[in-house]
Amino acid sequence: MLPTLDNAASLKFFAPEMLLTAGAIAVFLLDLVVPRHARRVGILAGVSLAFLAAATMATWFSVRASYEVDGQLFTAAQQPVALFHGLIVHDPWAVLFKYFSFGVTALAILIAAPSLEVAKERMGEYCALLLAIAVGMSLMASSTDMLMMVIGVELVSMVSYALAGFRKAHRQSAEAALKYVVYGGVASGMMLFGMSYLYGLLGTTNVVGAASAMDAYGERVFKHLLQTGTPGAGQLAMVVAIVLILAGIGYKIASVPWHMWCPDVYEGAPTPFTAFLSVGPKAAGFALAVRILYGALSESGGQDLAVVVKDVPWPQVIGVIAAITMTVGNFAALNQTNLKRMLAYSSIAHAGYLLMGVAAASATGSQSVAIYLIVYLFMNLGAFLVVGTVARLSGSESIFEYRGLSARAPFVAVAFAIFLFSLTGLPPLAGFVGKFHLFKALIDRGEAWHVVLAIIGLLNSAVSLYYYARIVKAMFLDKPVSEDPLPVPPSYGFLLGFFVLAVVVFGVYFDGLRQIAETHMRIFGHS
Amino acid sequence: MAVPITHYLVLAAALFCLGALGVLIRRNALVVFMSVELMLNAANLTFLAFARERGDLSGHAAAFFVIAVAAAEAAVGLAIIIAVFRSRNTVNVEELRTMRH
Repeated sequence: MLPTLDNAASLKFFAPEMLLTAGAIAVFLLDLVVPRHARRVGILAGVSLAFLAAATMATWFSVRASYEVDGQLFTAAQQPVALFHGLIVHDPWAVLFKYFSFGVTALAILIAAPSLEVAKERMGEYCALLLAIAVGMSLMASSTDMLMMVIGVELVSMVSYALAGFRKAHRQSAEAALKYVVYGGVASGMMLFGMSYLYGLLGTTNVVGAASAMDAYGERVFKHLLQTGTPGAGQLAMVVAIVLILAGIGYKIASVPWHMWCPDVYEGAPTPFTAFLSVGPKAAGFALAVRILYGALSESGGQDLAVVVKDVPWPQVIGVIAAITMTVGNFAALNQTNLKRMLAYSSIAHAGYLLMGVAAASATGSQSVAIYLIVYLFMNLGAFLVVGTVARLSGSESIFEYRGLSARAPFVAVAFAIFLFSLTGLPPLAGFVGKFHLFKALIDRGEAWHVVLAIIGLLNSAVSLYYYARIVKAMFLDKPVSEDPLPVPPSYGFLLGFFVLAVVVFGVYFDGLRQIAETHMRIFGHS
Repeated sequence: MAVPITHYLVLAAALFCLGALGVLIRRNALVVFMSVELMLNAANLTFLAFARERGDLSGHAAAFFVIAVAAAEAAVGLAIIIAVFRSRNTVNVEELRTMRH
């Protein structure tokens, strides 16, 4: 029996989320009382960052906190534990993504502070809404109950709709928000309908060990419904349910065929939020995907995650989606001239690479997903930060704006080149380390289709080099658009330096990354 | 005589398909939203039918949460529709194409 705590005993493990909820309310209230002077943005951002730091510390303490089951004392680090009667869990996988979510939220606030796209007088709203998304992402990463999954996904989605349309008077921003909310509504409708079928089959909303839990009752209902008399009506319903649930997750990670919202939303949303959107919710979606496929749909419980649920070869299905996703993303990116839109397609392609790790269907595969997400955090946020820096005064995200950037802002140009080469996956940068682990996890599985998928991934990386290198060529070889040096806010310079350092250091010292992923590769329901 | 569960399930599936169809073919953003609500309510009906049949309360709880989610989505969605309408005097989703390449 897996350890499960009641509501009162769960609270101390839930402290990070409670702190952030309090933080969101506090920042909303503070927004009303802080007067309009020069330090206003600094105060609001500082308070938000303080709450995020407190939540990170609370997570750190929650790993070391102890709980009692049957008179025995455990710490959460020794033995993962289910909280609130099994609604959410506290396991190393969830903890890793809590740290990740809080970190990416803090960086999104730091990027927004000097930005002109987030109006100074509305900074409080922006920070408070981001804190709410951080709560949603940590719920997504830790829920084992379908109800909590929906709450987490919806919390992230709904706040994202509002933030995508943050520049209310800006036509593209409003249009992006509308497209996002329509696609999001359909995705959550499909996911909920799938969950209602799964609930009918399982008789519970909890998905731990779901694959083996389908009982005779569910089978009988669906057999009667379809009036086939053949065995497997319940299994067909199970397949429909899982496909619909995966559609909801596919929308969050922007994989084909649920990627259509992505380019428009990324282009129309304010750049600091686009940067956040391309990393945070995508990572939370992958955390949830691995938890469902590994924790819930795996029948053999452990090594072979989700190998076969009800006669459908899920790893192969995910592998096909991965191949299509990266191919569509990369080829659509080839002839984009708006950099934000190009990076949006590139982020679709990266969702495809990440899905290779999921398709590997092994513990090392899930680890490689975690490693790649950490690397992706730095290189992708860095790339969007450069776009934000260049577009800050000119307002243009066109590639023509980047001609001769090396003469106007050498440091920014060099940093951008590093991020782009890392996104391609060239050694010795961190992107190479991430891709190496994904490919290795896939090839380790050893079947022919794994190798084919890896080759498709490699060819796609080669294609991506073309459009990334096009930007580098424009920056270093073309004639400058103007002679004036590009003004870079000091905090952007500092952040760019930090991202470059991370990308270079993780490219050389990658063993630390692998260890982080390995120690956090424990998912509740598996031992 | 109690209505058998299959009736509810068929009705829910029909509602879901109608909703999905509405999203695909209607062009007015408000009608698209109504179609999404239809999809969510189809999920609700399935949850409740199974909960009643199994005598299990968690399906009822799920339905309440879905209602709350639907309400929140409608609130955010309508606010965004108003913002779009203000900036361009239309809520037709086909006319929203400033970002095409």
